[in-house]
Amino acid sequence: MRYVLRRIGFYCVAAWASLTLNFLMPRLMPGDPASTIFARYRGQLRPEQLEAMKEAFGFNDAPLIEQYFGYLSHAVRGDFGISISAFPSPVTTVIGSGLIWTLLIGITALVISFVLGSMLGIISAWKRGSKLDNIFPPLLIFLGSFPFFWLAMVALYVLGFKAGWFPLRHAYSDRLTPAFTWPFISSVISHLILPALSIILVSIGGWVLGMRNTMINVLGEDYITLASAKGLSTRRVMFHYAARNALLPNMTAFGMALGFVLGGQIIVETVFSYPGLGYLLIRAVSNLDYPLMQGIFLMITLAVLGANLIVDLLYVRLDPRVRGS
Amino acid sequence: MQEHANDPAALVLSEDKAKPTSQPASAFAARFGWLIAILRNPKALIGLVIMVVFVFTAAFAPVIARHDPNKFVGRPHQAPSAKHWFGTTGQGKDVFSQTVWGARTSLMVGFGTGLLVTLLGIIMGMTAGYFGGWIDDVLSLLTNVVLIIPGTPLLAIMAAFLAPGKFTIILVLSVIGWAWPARVLRSQTLSLRTKDFVASSIVSGEGHFNIIFREILPNMTSLIVSGMFGSIIYAIGAETGLSFLGLTNISDVTWGSNLYWAQNNAGLLVGAWWTIVPSGLCVALIAFALAMINYAMDEITNPRLRAEKELSNVFKQRSTLATPVVRAAKRGVADGR
Repeated sequence: MRYVLRRIGFYCVAAWASLTLNFLMPRLMPGDPASTIFARYRGQLRPEQLEAMKEAFGFNDAPLIEQYFGYLSHAVRGDFGISISAFPSPVTTVIGSGLIWTLLIGITALVISFVLGSMLGIISAWKRGSKLDNIFPPLLIFLGSFPFFWLAMVALYVLGFKAGWFPLRHAYSDRLTPAFTWPFISSVISHLILPALSIILVSIGGWVLGMRNTMINVLGEDYITLASAKGLSTRRVMFHYAARNALLPNMTAFGMALGFVLGGQIIVETVFSYPGLGYLLIRAVSNLDYPLMQGIFLMITLAVLGANLIVDLLYVRLDPRVRGS
Repeated sequence: MQEHANDPAALVLSEDKAKPTSQPASAFAARFGWLIAILRNPKALIGLVIMVVFVFTAAFAPVIARHDPNKFVGRPHQAPSAKHWFGTTGQGKDVFSQTVWGARTSLMVGFGTGLLVTLLGIIMGMTAGYFGGWIDDVLSLLTNVVLIIPGTPLLAIMAAFLAPGKFTIILVLSVIGWAWPARVLRSQTLSLRTKDFVASSIVSGEGHFNIIFREILPNMTSLIVSGMFGSIIYAIGAETGLSFLGLTNISDVTWGSNLYWAQNNAGLLVGAWWTIVPSGLCVALIAFALAMINYAMDEITNPRLRAEKELSNVFKQRSTLATPVVRAAKRGVADGR
């Protein structure tokens, strides 16, 4: 219980830190964002937009500390201001439209690469020194060396453009309206495959190697020898005795990997013009839509923190040693 | 040399190393044994060769590339030919020259960031691990917070607020990247701190600075170097990603900005695969090379993994499961020559 409380405390500090960072960044950076935006939009801004921006950056001559608390109270209430590029929608609405796509692609890719990668790692460790073990890990290291987005570009070119098997951009066909019907769902799936595939290809190597290494350590334990001496079936020793224990250290890596995969996903989304948070973020950056991009940054950070907390709670559930201390 | 007081295999090893130092001829072997070990390891050799080729290319870019990477030299989107080895871009620039010059900026950003990140990591991690107490609490909290905040969105936002440029990128990447090496070095410092040789230095009145940098630091060399390689991989990848998104100075020639232009000139949609393949392959090759060197160093300096190699030979001979006892005994016999 103390462990859980400590973790929750840590995530609160991390959340506070990212909120503060978000607040300080536009104010501490050289140059001021407002004049950049004025210059960029060349007087096309409506008075309401100016107002929204002033509010976002607190250009109201109030002392910094007062601005800070104003900002915090707004953020806690989930009010990130009004988007400049998608005026007059509030930032939260814009984020909401992207969130579902990011979650869809992220969860699909993460789950598939984790499950598949762990399986390959288990088998590779079990058949150590075999052909499979000699070929797979180096091959996956090599694949993992490619930038996420580059594999995405190649996949787009070969499978999408040349072969024409998959659509090239967006999350679903432009001719369809979102509905719970088969044509729409199948369209979503076919648009999902390429971006998810490129994320899976790059990130799977890490899981294979991580699982393989912990498996090798676990396989040296006496209880594995005992289990095979008892005459248990290979499958049972492999999965129920070895893999189960080897999985635990990999769980902690899961939270760490989340931020990394998300980073790659942001760029992959841009390649496919997939309307998730990453695509929105990059568009916000190039449109100098500061309120939107800060909102998206916070949203992504909080999501990662939340996911890590869930992993930690799961860890407590899975590892009795943590519960005891 | 690393400290492995509790590891029988390591004990045997250190005896092994201590013996030849009496003769001057093998003093060299003892000193540079690691170098020979690296050259004998196929993984390390592959990695080193690739890396040397790239460093050479970057250093001699003006000689190797026949064209100015920013100059219009021919019709846009020409396929590779004898005149333009890698073809031309959508703006009629020579792809080969761009790739060669790209190595320069990309490697510079990579190695620059790698050094800076390692330096920051050493300072933060070792200070936390050595002093402990509240210093450790504060620094560890800071490290973990930086670790958990997702890097790419933060990078994108920082790049949007700052003036684009090579040094901005190095700085921003370092500010975000130091946490991982710091965490690794902290835990290693923590365990070395309890060793007798540190205690004896404290008793003999050495200053903290001396103990940290003269006593503890040399024992973590392999860890620091492998951390640095990891940081270089991270930096090259991140720089490429940011440039690809157009968040850096896109008139700099880097592998990432080459890809940015390829994407923006619709290189792929007219079938000009040669505009994206060279730069992407280069990023992957250099990352692969550094990763290979890292794995090899791990194999060489980590007796557990080295033992594992021999253990897998045991497996091949008689396909039974061996307990760790066999492993330790096996090493002792093998090294007792």
